[in-house]
Amino acid sequence: MPGLLAGRLVQIGVVLALLSVLTWLAMGLMPGDPVELALSADPRLTAEDAARLRALHGLDQPLWGRYLAWAAAVLRGEFGFSRLYAVPVTEVLWPALRSTLVLLGWSLLLSAGLGIGLGVLGAVRRGAGVLADGVALLAQSLPGFWLGILLIILFAVELGWLPAGGMAEGWGLAEGARFLALPVATLAFVNIAAYARHSLSAMREEMAQPYIRTARMKGLPERQVIWGHAFPNAAIPVVTVAALDAGSLVSGALVTETIFARPGMGKLIYDSIMGNDYNLALLALLLAALVTMLATLAADIVQRIIDPRLAA
Amino acid sequence: MIRLILGLLLLGMLGLGALAAPWAQGWMGVDPFAPDLMARYGEASAAHPLGTDELGRDLLLRLLHGARVSLSVGLAVAVGATGLGTAIGLLAAWRGGWVDAVLMRVADGLLALPALPLLVVLAAVDTGRFGLPRGEAASDILRIVLILVAFGWVGTARLARAAALTQLSLDYVAAARVSGAGEGRVLLRHVLPNIAGPIGVAAALAVAGAILAESTLSFLGLGIQPPAPSWGNMLSNAQEMVFSAPLQAVWPGLCILLAVAGCTLVADGLRRR
Repeated sequence: MPGLLAGRLVQIGVVLALLSVLTWLAMGLMPGDPVELALSADPRLTAEDAARLRALHGLDQPLWGRYLAWAAAVLRGEFGFSRLYAVPVTEVLWPALRSTLVLLGWSLLLSAGLGIGLGVLGAVRRGAGVLADGVALLAQSLPGFWLGILLIILFAVELGWLPAGGMAEGWGLAEGARFLALPVATLAFVNIAAYARHSLSAMREEMAQPYIRTARMKGLPERQVIWGHAFPNAAIPVVTVAALDAGSLVSGALVTETIFARPGMGKLIYDSIMGNDYNLALLALLLAALVTMLATLAADIVQRIIDPRLAA
Repeated sequence: MIRLILGLLLLGMLGLGALAAPWAQGWMGVDPFAPDLMARYGEASAAHPLGTDELGRDLLLRLLHGARVSLSVGLAVAVGATGLGTAIGLLAAWRGGWVDAVLMRVADGLLALPALPLLVVLAAVDTGRFGLPRGEAASDILRIVLILVAFGWVGTARLARAAALTQLSLDYVAAARVSGAGEGRVLLRHVLPNIAGPIGVAAALAVAGAILAESTLSFLGLGIQPPAPSWGNMLSNAQEMVFSAPLQAVWPGLCILLAVAGCTLVADGLRRR
């Protein structure tokens, strides 16, 4: 286990380093630099001012030199400023990260709970299999942003029960839940598909095993046969899905936050790229990638804990 | 089998609609690209079966034209990603050693990352510098296809590698080699046909993924740029009007849903066959 952990942490570091280089290059290819933006905002700036500003901010340096300077600063723990919000980057990153983690946490809980429940039900009840298959197909095919819009139309426009977007102002739990309900429902439903499909097929496989017949023959109640015997074995591939799905969950959060105008990592990445705020965009992207990879690592560790064969 | 037929039926319907777009336009005698400000937010009528959008353009025709964009992006990405993925998977399985290790680590790295934020970064790159001006439908499509292929090959490559490793260890491959077949012939004529099944399934799923990804990027304003219609950018317009014209958000999403469900059904059908 320590060996695995060390290896994976090294791998995460390498991926992050490569990702930062590639993103830096890609951002160098995006239209418009901050000085051009300043020029368009203030007509009194002259060409000399532009050159002076470029030299002041190091924008006249080649792309590589700028990258190395940036990377060195980040490694020293200096994350710099956000041009878009005119505050230190960390001041926007942490609240956004917290908001996204809340969204991700509830969605993961809901989608895994419902998906696994549906899959198990489909495997043990005749007839429920069609339901599980159908819901999985629908969830897999539904574009998340469309579901979000439909939910807004139904619950915010027609019924007026829930807010169409934004964040709760205060700290009230009920108020926060009202703002969370639609985004969590959107993100969770799209991610039900993988859990339902995999727990359905894994449970079907386990329920056909001889040890299930043995458990039934020694007179165990069906509930214990399902949850005590079959489910722990079926859970192993489902945890693999959770590991593989971390990326799509974070991707989904970006779209969901954009639709519901929720300030979070996804919206931050989108807004900062659109607003040419390279430093913020890059750091937010790296943070999102780090969260995804740590989630995958956590799922892998859980998998090794519940499946002793892998730990060897 | 039912799944396969149902899926093909859905895709066939949408495909026919896409092909028929120019004829439908001539037959209905309306131009879906010309704004008609007197007919904004039109209700469903004989002239406009699904009504009109915020500029008075016919929704049904725009959906059909959008189908051309969305389906061709889906197909092109699936062909590109499956081809590239199969080639990389075969190479990794056949060559082994450090080539295999490097290719699979790259694949692992790409799989571990959240795809959409990266797609957003790539989609925002100024492609005008490479002769692909933004805002022109053809170069937008090419840009999206290239980006999605760059991310889409990973799944197929891992699948192809695993399947090819199994095949390469079988006796018939040794027999082919002993009877003097070159390595290229072994891979293309012997191994490739035997791993075509799982790759076909992956390709069908790749079409679904590409249609979803394109519509998501277009929805975010980074994919196909208006005035060219795509299901994604029609939805992004519609979101701004959920209070005034909620029905407009329904149709494009339904089209995406049907197209993706069709591909998924086909993939399921192929897998169970």
